[in-house]
Amino acid sequence: MVVDARGRRCPLPILDLARALPSVAVGDTITVEADDPAAGPDIRAWCRMRGHEFVAARHADDGTPSYEVRRLR
Amino acid sequence: MPGYLDAAAGLPLHPVAREAYLAALDDGWADAGRLHGAGRRARLLLDAAREAVAAVLGGRPDEVTFAGNGTQALHAAVLGTLRGAADPLGALVHSAVEHSAVLQAARSHLAAGGAAAEVGVDATGRVDAAAFTAAARVDGVVAAALQAANHEVGTVQPVDDLDLPVPLVTDVTQTLSRAPLPGRWDVLAGDARIWGGPSVGVLAVRTGTRWRGPYPDDDRGRIPGVPDIPSVVAAAAALRAVDATRAAEAARQSALVERIRAEVPRLIPDVDVLGDPVRRLPHIVTFSCLYVDGEALLSELDRRGFAVSSGSSCTSSTLTPSHVLVAMGALTSGNVRVSLHAGVSEQDVDEFLAVLPAVVADVRAELGATGL
Repeated sequence: MVVDARGRRCPLPILDLARALPSVAVGDTITVEADDPAAGPDIRAWCRMRGHEFVAARHADDGTPSYEVRRLR
Repeated sequence: MPGYLDAAAGLPLHPVAREAYLAALDDGWADAGRLHGAGRRARLLLDAAREAVAAVLGGRPDEVTFAGNGTQALHAAVLGTLRGAADPLGALVHSAVEHSAVLQAARSHLAAGGAAAEVGVDATGRVDAAAFTAAARVDGVVAAALQAANHEVGTVQPVDDLDLPVPLVTDVTQTLSRAPLPGRWDVLAGDARIWGGPSVGVLAVRTGTRWRGPYPDDDRGRIPGVPDIPSVVAAAAALRAVDATRAAEAARQSALVERIRAEVPRLIPDVDVLGDPVRRLPHIVTFSCLYVDGEALLSELDRRGFAVSSGSSCTSSTLTPSHVLVAMGALTSGNVRVSLHAGVSEQDVDEFLAVLPAVVADVRAELGATGL
């Protein structure tokens, strides 16, 4: 599942991620595409605080940073 | 100013500073380099201010220079140490959580053809002394910069545990007047606004440390031009006054910080209290709240009479998050730094803690961040 958080400023990308989380099964991953410079550090911190796994940081086809997270609970 | 909880950004003029400033306007207006009576009176005031500051720094009066402000002192400390090196384009090693003025100086060194290397920090914002020492021992490194304590999260750095072959620049901005300084130093920089002085920077260069001003040569000292003697006199008077009660005041504020550190996670869900809980400055405490817009939080607290600061990107002019929080791997959104001073009572802290949970809840509700 991919969440498009382009143009969304902090803290909206992690809010979008938290809202979308229930729609994936535990063990599955969700990817957030976000261009806000705070999204990278904040998604990692969100994983640590909420008990999920930060899988990888990559880039979408248009160059937008993307962050893959695995739901653990 | 009971609700002013942004002491780390500066304090109003200390009453002692105000008095000293007014007296020095009459006696210290002349060029201290002149040999006539008015010049000699100005020189006496400047020398006394240097002595007072040197005594607090544990240095000699001729090691102390006054700059126009803290940023200028930090720039001069870093760039002057580099310029004094045998290879002025050699590498500067610095921590990832230095004050932005140090990072600006590092960038200007890079732009001039020099080199720089950054040493990371752990989750509390602390540098590893062995890693920093190793980085500073790499061939080509000519200077190092490590703050005495971090200005955003209060974590004290292991400056006394370093074993460096190069001169060290230590930013003591948040430490001077608040906590003991590192036992050994080569080059220090501080800011009088932090202890209730006017806008004056302090630069100290240890005798024997190679330092050369990053300015056109000027025979009047390390910072070019005639110093603003009334401001310098006021800064020194305030430092002496504040330093006299430092230990007791630090213990009182540290207990209040401890209370905030314990209460905030108890009162507010999904919050991270940042920085080292023990090896920290007595007056700074910082936390980040999930699903909170830092700018909205600051505005709402301000509306209720509390002034704090934030490292969240939405509160910065560049819309980038604090480099300190990023280096620590901390949550950057919903970030609040509370910094105390002698005018903050236990009751003020209680009132802040009474207001904060509802303010955070309101900001979260505004964003629709409920039940997540």
